[in-house]
Amino acid sequence: MILADTFVSLQGFWFVVLGVLWGGYFVLEGFDFGVGMLMRLIGRDDAERKAVIGTIEPVWDGNEVWLIVAAGATFAAFPSWYATLFSGYYIVFFLILIGLIFRGVAIEYRAKRREPRWRSTCEIAIVLGSALPAFLWGIVFANVIHGVPLDSGGEFSGGLLDLFGGYAILGGLASLLLFAFHGAAFLTLRTTGEVRRRAKAFAIRLVVPAAALVLAIFVWSAADSGDIDGKWIAAASLAALAAVLLTLSLGLVFRARDGVAFAAIALAICSTVASFFVALYPSVLVSSTSPAFSLTVFSTSSSHYTLAVMTIVALIFMPIVLVYQGWTYWVFRARLRGDSIPGGGVSGEAADRPRS
Amino acid sequence: MTALAVTTVDLSRWQFAVTIIYHFLFVPVTIGMGLFVAGLQTAWHFSGQERYRRLTIFFGKIFLINVALGVVTGIVQEFQFGMNWATYSRYVGDVFGAPLAIEGLVAFFLESVFIGLWIFGAGRLSPRMHLATIWVVAIGSILSAYVILAANSWMQHPVGYRVNPATGRAEMTSLLAIMTQGNLLEAFAHVISAAIVTAGALVLAVSAYHLLRKNEVELFGHAAHIALVVLLIGAISVVTWGHFQGQLVAREQPMKMAAAEAVYETEKPAGLSLFAIGPLEKYPSKNTLNITVPHLLSFLTDWHWDSRVEGINELQTMSAARYGPGNYKPIVAVNYWSFRLMIGIGFLFIGWASLGLWLARKRRLERSSRFLRWSIPLLVFPFLANTFGWLLREMGRQPWVVEGLLRTSDAFSHAVSVQAVAFTLGGFVLVYTLLAAIEVGLVVYVVKGGPAPPAAESEQPKLIELGY
Repeated sequence: MILADTFVSLQGFWFVVLGVLWGGYFVLEGFDFGVGMLMRLIGRDDAERKAVIGTIEPVWDGNEVWLIVAAGATFAAFPSWYATLFSGYYIVFFLILIGLIFRGVAIEYRAKRREPRWRSTCEIAIVLGSALPAFLWGIVFANVIHGVPLDSGGEFSGGLLDLFGGYAILGGLASLLLFAFHGAAFLTLRTTGEVRRRAKAFAIRLVVPAAALVLAIFVWSAADSGDIDGKWIAAASLAALAAVLLTLSLGLVFRARDGVAFAAIALAICSTVASFFVALYPSVLVSSTSPAFSLTVFSTSSSHYTLAVMTIVALIFMPIVLVYQGWTYWVFRARLRGDSIPGGGVSGEAADRPRS
Repeated sequence: MTALAVTTVDLSRWQFAVTIIYHFLFVPVTIGMGLFVAGLQTAWHFSGQERYRRLTIFFGKIFLINVALGVVTGIVQEFQFGMNWATYSRYVGDVFGAPLAIEGLVAFFLESVFIGLWIFGAGRLSPRMHLATIWVVAIGSILSAYVILAANSWMQHPVGYRVNPATGRAEMTSLLAIMTQGNLLEAFAHVISAAIVTAGALVLAVSAYHLLRKNEVELFGHAAHIALVVLLIGAISVVTWGHFQGQLVAREQPMKMAAAEAVYETEKPAGLSLFAIGPLEKYPSKNTLNITVPHLLSFLTDWHWDSRVEGINELQTMSAARYGPGNYKPIVAVNYWSFRLMIGIGFLFIGWASLGLWLARKRRLERSSRFLRWSIPLLVFPFLANTFGWLLREMGRQPWVVEGLLRTSDAFSHAVSVQAVAFTLGGFVLVYTLLAAIEVGLVVYVVKGGPAPPAAESEQPKLIELGY
């Protein structure tokens, strides 16, 4: 029976790992979605936009790998979850992909030519390619927990419109604004001069609607779930923590504690994701057809061997990745300003050191 | 015959084919050019010669334009298993998902994080550290090739698994077996060699363009010379590994090899077909014309002049007896011609690189306008050969998606309608066509722009600056 117990703990462990991976993804690509969405509003001319996009250029690609690993780990650890989610939300994932394609290519290609039309086309692709996935990820995860039609075989049995209910739209708007807010806070931290001033103004403007939407989705979720049990209390506490952190971040932005404000929002996103995963457990996809048809950690997981061997791989490589990815943020810690001398990549840097 | 209606399976297959072939236009460039650029930067680091710095930056830019598309089109592939092949994902995810997760964790993180450091880190890292970043990028891309080929090789020749009788799903029993099987090792060597050929042909074509215009003759003459050496080594390697891979496939997937050789009836000894045509059917059972070299196929298959080579018709009968009635033949014409054209291109590059090196030895390379002029359109061929290779590998496995375990026709997503796939297929084709036009335009723009002028002696410090 010891064997069976370790199997159950491995299933639980991988559920936690997925929480960490998806949470890591939303923290990291969340702010670079925000930077992308706001780049033409916060950067007013070419030099400023170069500075704005320069804050994420060296790191966005590494941030996006969190998505590849999160999706891959879902596939490896819970194949039926991955299969039903990705086939059921087919068009949504297609649109996310299209957004990510245009965004990634545009970020990389923008600087390759100097013509204003080339640059503005790339910038519009960055704005739309950031906003679209930022909105749709909210749709995806809102539906995961709120439930969509799933039949007894664990297959999605609804239509496209079943994915765009009120709760899902609210979730989409919440993630859109939360990421925009996080992006503005990141820009406040990573730039200086006029760009920083404008980013800060955006952060202040965005905090109230972002927090309100996040709060609304918490309230709806709380009302949604039936019994108030230990799980409910844990999820609600994490949600409350997220709300407190978001409120705090407003004051921190005002008082120019840029680094702490950014960290507070990152933590708010983490506790939102944690609250989500706690509330979801042991389900992984809720069926609105019948609770009995919901997919769970136990009904979708891989075999004991696969989970065990993947655990070893993850425990070896995750810490290594965290060290070198963290190190890149240290390498690129200098603030950028929008009035730099054109020509050198290094010259975009401001003389002052970061105050985080 | 069933009605001629298009099904979710058909369109999902087309979508996977279109997106994976497109993705694999960029992958070999990323792998091959990554190594090439890392080599150039190493040469600059240790020799301090300005020409290596300029070549690193110039070819580095071309490399990066390709990397961007390789990255974004790669995510599509990962999502597509779940989106379009949900039954496949459920049935074999226990085995197949693990390499995908490992690929991201072990390879993509390295590649993506360090490429940011390479592009923007020149002024912030020590020169030695900066040199290390491009090598990490190159190693990351090679690792990713290894891991994803492990997944693909498992589809060709499943090992290290069992079928759980309770669930009917495949379950992993040995990750080591999956990560070290012969099918994988030989495919890996073949693919990396193909990537090196692709990079060699690319550098040669770009250098030829400038040499024909007498731009920077010394710089590009040197680049062309390096490219020819790389091309020759890569081409000899790709053909050699292709041969050993063929022998292995003949043992592990005899139907694929029989189709690639258009051997319908079992022969002992078997002749190598040089030119065959069959009746105009999707699944014919004989050739109408076949010109062969006696004994040669037997020899190539296992080094014996008189060995037996199983034919498609016998293999079909054996499979039907084992798996039940049905068609177990791949489309012979596609496999046969893909195989021959791929091999032809491999040998063509051995010849072309040898000719170029002979010209270089005679110190005539820079002035051989005919050789240089032909080197430019020749750039299409590695991409064609890469595509033919994958067509053979994937279409030769049909009707199976996992050889002997799961049929392609059973592997699709039941939740996805044919209209939905038609919509996304159309969307991908549109977007990919647009991006291809932009990409090619940008590469041409950078190539025509030529390398930046050499840095003045007084200018310090000299960096590999790629950001702007």
